[in-house]
Amino acid sequence: MRHANRLAVMAVALVLVAAACGSSSKSSTTSGGSTSLPPAGQQAIGAAEGAVSILAWPGYAENGSNDPKVNWVKPFEAATGCKATVKYFGTSDEAFNLFKTGQYDVVSSSGDATLRMVADNDAAVINTSLLTNWKDLDPLLKVKPWNSVNGVVYGVPHGWGANLLMYNKNVVTPAPDSWGAVFDANSPYKGKITGYDSPIYIADGALYLMKTKPELGIKDPYALDDTQFQAVVDLMKVQRPLIGEYWSDYLKEQDAFIKASLVLGTTWQITTNGVQADKTAPPVAAIIPKEGSTAWSDSWMIDAKAKHPNCAYMWINWITKPDIQAQVAEYFGEAPANLKACALTVDKSHCSTYHAGDASFYGQLYYWKTPTAKCLDGRTGVTCKDYAAWTAAWDEIKG
Amino acid sequence: MATTTIDPVNERGGFRRRISRVLYQRPRLRLALLLGGPLTWLVVAYLGSLVALLVTSLYHYQDDPTGLVQRLVTSPSATNYQRVLNTDVYRTVAFRTIGAALSVTVIDLLIALPVAFYMAKLARPWVRRALVVAVTMPLWAGYLVKGYAWRAMLDPAGGVLHEVFGHSPGFGVSGTVVTLSYLWLPYMVIPIYAGLERLPNSLLEASTDLGAKAGRTFVRIVLPQLRPSIVAGSIFTFALTLGDFYMAQIVGGTTQFIGNVVYREFSANLPFAAAYATLPILIMVVYLAGARSSGALEEL
Repeated sequence: MRHANRLAVMAVALVLVAAACGSSSKSSTTSGGSTSLPPAGQQAIGAAEGAVSILAWPGYAENGSNDPKVNWVKPFEAATGCKATVKYFGTSDEAFNLFKTGQYDVVSSSGDATLRMVADNDAAVINTSLLTNWKDLDPLLKVKPWNSVNGVVYGVPHGWGANLLMYNKNVVTPAPDSWGAVFDANSPYKGKITGYDSPIYIADGALYLMKTKPELGIKDPYALDDTQFQAVVDLMKVQRPLIGEYWSDYLKEQDAFIKASLVLGTTWQITTNGVQADKTAPPVAAIIPKEGSTAWSDSWMIDAKAKHPNCAYMWINWITKPDIQAQVAEYFGEAPANLKACALTVDKSHCSTYHAGDASFYGQLYYWKTPTAKCLDGRTGVTCKDYAAWTAAWDEIKG
Repeated sequence: MATTTIDPVNERGGFRRRISRVLYQRPRLRLALLLGGPLTWLVVAYLGSLVALLVTSLYHYQDDPTGLVQRLVTSPSATNYQRVLNTDVYRTVAFRTIGAALSVTVIDLLIALPVAFYMAKLARPWVRRALVVAVTMPLWAGYLVKGYAWRAMLDPAGGVLHEVFGHSPGFGVSGTVVTLSYLWLPYMVIPIYAGLERLPNSLLEASTDLGAKAGRTFVRIVLPQLRPSIVAGSIFTFALTLGDFYMAQIVGGTTQFIGNVVYREFSANLPFAAAYATLPILIMVVYLAGARSSGALEEL
């Protein structure tokens, strides 16, 4: 290469490095929460912008793409003039990554993603006086540690539910009553068991050890110090050879249970409903085992730089309406946040089945939240494993 | 009456003519305009993003017990690379992915050679054309469609292979290798087919005349001529398998490749994901350097 060419190449390389360094340092604004006054939320809902981009858990914002008869997005579009594009995700990590891109106005976020989004400055402060259904929402869910920071609201409750243990009634006998069924090294169903494909699934192992090995002293499945975490990771590694497939796409799990390539494992109610609705499927049941369950309490959050903030508020007002909440709660299989929905469900016992508004039942579940180095069970003097450590452990567990 | 001289060629047509004249007179400007767009894209978008990836991989997170999230340390350090090299699982996953990439390359090579040879040398012209269409037609189907089709084939409980043969490789590394071999086969067949088309039949006849059997002809005459084509095909199959993560999720069962680790670490620890993502880049650089030094790339 001639000298001139070589110099040119080096110059280009230097420019690229400078540009990359510059842009990377601008984007590294991670902080432990804002120390200045929080920005005030939007003051009023203005005119509809004509479009809104929704990022949702499957089953939350049905627009007919899954089942043409199930659609509560279309009436929303007709009522508000906001044309809605809906994107579904399978895990909170996916939700976090997608919401970070800034392409979505509103997201249904579980407790293990909400605070990460707030800390990442992706989430907007929500002005609850603009929410028409706020007063009817279950007080168990409002202004809680996973959807608010120091009393400032970032998330509007949508609904909550437990992760369940689903089993094929023909194959798995006797019927299981404990999470031990999926952690049993000598399980007869080896190779046909499933688990949730996300680092947060480690909490399920922690919950099992919390109840079966109290000597470990686990008080909160999301607050694990080094010894406790090692014990849980070892348990997950015991489970690994039993697993046929981990699932993050609920339809793949549904399909596998219908075909009976999987017969036992953690699930959501919507998946069980789907298997039971299929005429060719074996009979299945889903239970909360005797140890209790991990669970999720979901909130709608608005993007800090939403392109359609008015339509975003309109969507939240729509999805928290009693009749829509009733539809969602029955379709997905969860407890609605708006307790007025209970009178409107097709199955009149829906709310009692799902314990909507039942504080003592609600208190027994262990809702997804982001593990942090500051122990979530209030312990001082020890450091707990944070989500990066959980992710690294999940790399190891999958092998 | 004043006469104004009009230059018939250069003054006619006004603006467009002027541009045309300038471009005609300045060949380097022509070249710059032609290549400017693609080169800018290449340098800024492609190379620039690679450099951003490398720079990000030198950052790392530090525990911050008081805060909600860890602190990002932007002074360069090799922490992430040390973690990749010293932790068993990341080495295992890397070797598994390289092994899969090599397997896919070898399988596709073994299938592509006879198929391409038949297409180039033995098939009648209309059969040849039909086979070219047949080999490239799967490329028209979407990646996901083919992935899920293979999922239905490989399903150990009632999939096509299980129903027909009584046995299926199931979901796992072998299932993924089979599926990826199917996906990338056209990329191996077409370069080898093109290389064989260029091979004069007289070489094969001369070899036979001099007493070489088919096998010897193939190894001593055909394969060396085909080396650039094989390298071209193998670059596709190797690189595409090395970077694949979605097929591992569809038919891989519980297995994970380099791409899956990067995808997972992307939200929890972006600098580490960047560091792990440089591994396939390095592997391909070594691969291509080897291909270049063997002279295969010159003949492409």
